[in-house]
Order: sequence, then C-alpha cells, then structure tokens
Amino acid sequence: MSDREQILGRIREALTVTAPKPGAHGTGAGHHGPAVSPGPSSTRQWLPLVGDSFEERVALFRTNSAELKTDFQLLNSREELTAALIKLRDADGWKRIGSHQGELTQVACDALGLPVCRTDATYDVRELEQCDAGVTECDALIAQTGSVLVTSRSAGGRALSVLPPHHVVVVRREKLLPDLQAGFELLKSKYAANYPSFISLITGPSRTGDIERILVLGAHGPKKLTILCL
Amino acid sequence: MKSVIQQFKEQSRVITKDLRHRNLIQTALGKYEIKRDEKKAAFQSWSSARQAAAEIKWEAINHLDKHLPDFVRRLEARGTVVHWATTAETARDIILKIVRDQKARSIIKSKAMTAEEIHLNDALEHEGFEVVESDLGEYIVQLRKEAPYHIVFPAMHLTRGDISELFTRELGSAPTDNPEELTMIARRALRQKYVTADVGITGANFAIAETGMISITENEGNARLTAALPKVMISLLGIEKVLPRMEDLALFLPMLATAGAGQALTCYNSLYGGPRQPGESDGPEQYHVVLLDNRRTELLADAEQRDALHCIRCGACLNVCPIYRNVGGHTYGTTYSGPIGSVITPHLRGLQEWKHLSFASSLCGACTEACPVKIDLHHHLLQNRRNSAHEKPSVIEKITFKIAGFVMNRPGLYAVVKKLARLFQPLHKLVKGTRLDPAYAWTQSRDLPTLPAESFKDWWKKNK
Repeated sequence: MSDREQILGRIREALTVTAPKPGAHGTGAGHHGPAVSPGPSSTRQWLPLVGDSFEERVALFRTNSAELKTDFQLLNSREELTAALIKLRDADGWKRIGSHQGELTQVACDALGLPVCRTDATYDVRELEQCDAGVTECDALIAQTGSVLVTSRSAGGRALSVLPPHHVVVVRREKLLPDLQAGFELLKSKYAANYPSFISLITGPSRTGDIERILVLGAHGPKKLTILCL
Repeated sequence: MKSVIQQFKEQSRVITKDLRHRNLIQTALGKYEIKRDEKKAAFQSWSSARQAAAEIKWEAINHLDKHLPDFVRRLEARGTVVHWATTAETARDIILKIVRDQKARSIIKSKAMTAEEIHLNDALEHEGFEVVESDLGEYIVQLRKEAPYHIVFPAMHLTRGDISELFTRELGSAPTDNPEELTMIARRALRQKYVTADVGITGANFAIAETGMISITENEGNARLTAALPKVMISLLGIEKVLPRMEDLALFLPMLATAGAGQALTCYNSLYGGPRQPGESDGPEQYHVVLLDNRRTELLADAEQRDALHCIRCGACLNVCPIYRNVGGHTYGTTYSGPIGSVITPHLRGLQEWKHLSFASSLCGACTEACPVKIDLHHHLLQNRRNSAHEKPSVIEKITFKIAGFVMNRPGLYAVVKKLARLFQPLHKLVKGTRLDPAYAWTQSRDLPTLPAESFKDWWKKNK
C-alpha cells in the first residue's frame, strides 16, 4: 500500500468517531451533524471595523500605513505622480529600476527616465538585484490592514516586489477595498478560472524583531515601501 | 544516558535560577503582551472571532478525508508534484531524493517547524548538502548549532551582545550592539545564498483546499525570496494544515498575526499554487509539496484531543504559560514546546517517555484562554495524565492513596494520626530540606505549613 493510501485510510478510520464541537468540553463525542461552519460574511462582523465611505477608508489606510512605516501618498494628477517619483529618485540617487508592463508603471518609467530591468519576460536575477527600486502595480489596496494585494500577474512576477531595496507601488484609488474579505472576493472573480501561481498581501516594508524584539526594517525584503495612489 | 525526564528536571532546576534568562524572557514577552492586547482590542469581537476560527478548523479537521484530497488534486492539476510521507524518515528520503536528482549544491530554507520535527537539516548536511536557514532568528540559532528556542521567536533567549559575538566569530563581522547593523550583516550574508541556491525549502501555515494553494506567513521576506529565486521549490507541511476556503484566510491571517506577534497583519502573507505557470516570468520550474503524517493520524483518532490538530502554531500559549516563562524553550527537549508541545509530544513521540510535560503544569488555563482556535489545552494535559496513569499505574501512588483512603474512612484512626503528626512535627525541623526529609521533593524549595495546635473538630466540640 502506498503512503498516500495508508494516510487516507488512517484518516477515514479516525473520523468514524466524531469529535466534540468547539466549546463543548465535557459533553462527550456526539454524532455527525450537518457540517455547518460560519460563512465568510459572518466573520467580517468580528474583525476590525472599516468605514463605508471612500474618505473613511483612505483615512484608515493612511493611519495603518503610518504605523507600518509605509510611505502612502494620495495624489490628484499625473503631474503629481511624476513629481513624487522624481523626488524619490533624486532623494535616494536611483541609478536603475526594475518594473513591468502596465499603464501606470509605463507612466512611472517614462517619468524616471532610468534604465529599466523588465521582469515580464525572462530576466537576470543578478541584474534585478542591482536595481535601486522595484516599481509595480497591484490588484488592490486593503484599508483594514494597510496591505497591498499583488499577484505574479499584476506585479511583474514573484521577485520584483521583494528583491530590490525599495518597493514602489503605483495604483489608482478605485482599487482601494475595505477589507481582506473583499480582497479574496476580488481574486476569485478576477482569476478563479486560472489563478496566478503567486499571490501576496504585502503589509509594510520587510521587518524583523528577532533581536531582542526590537523592530528593524529591511530584514530580507525592501527596507522601504512607497504607495503612490492616483 | 539520562532519561528525558531527568534532563527536564535538571535543566529546569538550573534555568529557573538564571536571572539573566528570566529578565530576557520577561522583557521580550512583556513587549509582546502590550502589542497583542492593543491589536486584540481592534477586533469588533475577539471572542466571537475565536469561536468562528475554532468552528472552521473543526470543519477542516473533521472532514479531512474530503479537504485533503481536494487540496492535493487542485495542486496536482497545476503541475505540482505532491508526495505523501507516513513517517519522518519517508519525508527525509523524499526530500533527499529531490535534492540529489537536482545535483543541488546549496539549499536555502525558510522557517518550518515540520523540518525541525523530522530533523531535515541534519539529514541534508549528513549527505553533504549545504543548507542555510534564512529567517534571521533561525539563522542565528543555526550558527549556534542550537534548536529554535520558541516556535515563533527562535532567538528570543539571546541578547544583541550574544549575537554580535556569534557573528564576529562565525562571519568575521565587526562587533556592534546595534540590532539594525546586526540585521544588515545577516542580510548581506544571506543575499548571496539566495542568488546561488538551487533548491528552496519552505514550510506552510495553511493549505487551501478550495484552490489548491499553500499560504506562508512571514515578516522578513525570506520565504518570498526562497519561493522566487531557486529553480526548485519544496514545501513540507503536516496534513492538518488544511482550511476549506480561501476566504477563511480573511479571518485566520489577522488572528495568527495578533495572537502570534501582536501585529494586525504579518508583513507578507503569500499564497503559492504551483510552479511557474505559462506566461509567468519567474518562480521555480519544479514545485514539490511533501505532506507529513508522522503520527498525526494517531492524534486524529483520539476524538477527545483531536482539536490539538487545529493548532496554527502561533505560539500564544507558550507566551502566557508560567511554566514556559520559567523553564524556557530548550528545557522541554521537544520540537514543539510550551502547552501545545506538552499536549501533542506524547502523541507524536510516546506517552510514557513524554508524560512528564503534562505534569509540569499549574493547570491555570492561561493557554486555553490565549489560544485563537480554542484548543482545550489544559484539559488535554489532564487527559494525558489520566491516560498515562491508566496505561501504567504508579505502584507507590496506588499504595499511598490506599492508605490515605483507609485512614480517612476511619475517624478514630484519623484522630490518632493527627495527634501523632502534631507530636512528631517538631522533629521535622531537624531534617527539613535535607535528603532525610520524607517531604524533600516539596520542602527543598517550599515551606510545609505547620499544623495548628488545635484542630477545627476539637475547637467545635469545645465551642459549639
């Protein structure tokens, strides 16, 4: 018998006896009832509250970003976006960037006027490693947690948003969603037929507290995360 | 060789007197508690969220016969090779074979408690492969040739001075007491390893049955790099990691972050559904998922303690446990320490050898209270005690209780014994705390209350 059959056999054998439901200590093992579990819509009501209006959600995203040490900028025009990018480039003396095909990433690359390592097609990891920033788009922003939702399809693969020392997200404000639940619903409606092989919720720049529980940014991933929201 | 119980007792005795250790742990966990309480308070209802999480895990584990094959089928449909391992040895052999077939020179690894459980690094190194832990805390304990001290904070027992000394010795870096500089030393050392590694090994926090994906939670980005750069990726996970639906993560990710580290959400929560897909520009060419049983199905067969398989390895029960906080992580001598370790280790490694961990508990219930998926931890400790006594009764205990029962059933005899005890009590002072003391196990570190001159019964007779 293969290990697969052995394990599945043992599982089936074990589950012939039903375990007590959570919180039912001392009532003993019962019998199989219908498999009811709280649906996702019902768990939303227990999680941190998110306001209904766009203004409330932006305000929450801003507060979360401040705590996470994410640089979040809400911009009103393409000119402001261009100016913000140039300011970042000049402040840190960027020499080259990594990026991918996209409407806003194209605007960013044009504005910056630097050599670009494109990660849409086959690329050299060592070249990307030398880039000063990775400029990506995303699928959504999540107000509840201050997160950026990316996939290998929306953000130029797996490495672009984690390898360079500065991750810059360019995104339209329509992509701001209230909570994680809405984020997963979006993924489902957008990709269910064929999910990207990589999906990630990025919540602030890379961090560690492994030395005396003291916060240090840029453990392995980006030291800086900037979100430019148009 | 000493038995594990002797080792546990001896190390406990030493470490509980170690003030430096105590201060380190109290400071680290004090910081954690403040942040955890702050993030818990942001929930509209933490207690209802716990109940919901417990019910979802109940559903997942009690229908594992459906969810696990669903998970595997969907993973395989997108080009992942899924391996099943009944034992630790099988899991090691599977991984060794993949690595050998690749003719891998170096392997980069992100944090995985299952890898600790099967002693994967030893097996790989024994075969001549270089394997580097990439999580900062794990990297530090690997350089020290130690096991992780805590399932979430592996290097919590070390000061920045200890780490600086270690890096100076092992990496030749200049001494520094700045945590940021120390982190950057490790970052630089590990960056090169990522770029050159042939194989990346990860664990998993959740396995999503609905979509056939694994979910990895981390703060540093090391797991993301491990899953992005090497051309072969391997994930090792226990069969109990399954969640039915992707949107269950909307509940579990914030709860894991809050209970585990006092964060609203961990920095990176990533889902992996296969190797590089057509049209994708990076990611591994091969993706292997290794499913580990290693006696989890035995725990599954124990309906009373089955909920121990709900564990999401957040470490919250360790952090609040008065035993863990006094004896520390290494004293347990197990992969999984703290209350959850004391509950499951007897199932995974044998009840008689590991039962002492269930006795090393104050049964205060702080662990059960802290658990985000409501595992009935302190009752399971009691059940382990019961089961161990049932399986192998202690003769001395049996005789003691027989005598006590005999005496207490006979009021006349009981009165005589009380009188005698009062008579002999002054003599106890002469031997108290020494090896001659019959109550030595108690009195070496505690006082024995003295009997009052008059019993309540006698007083009642006189004053009623």
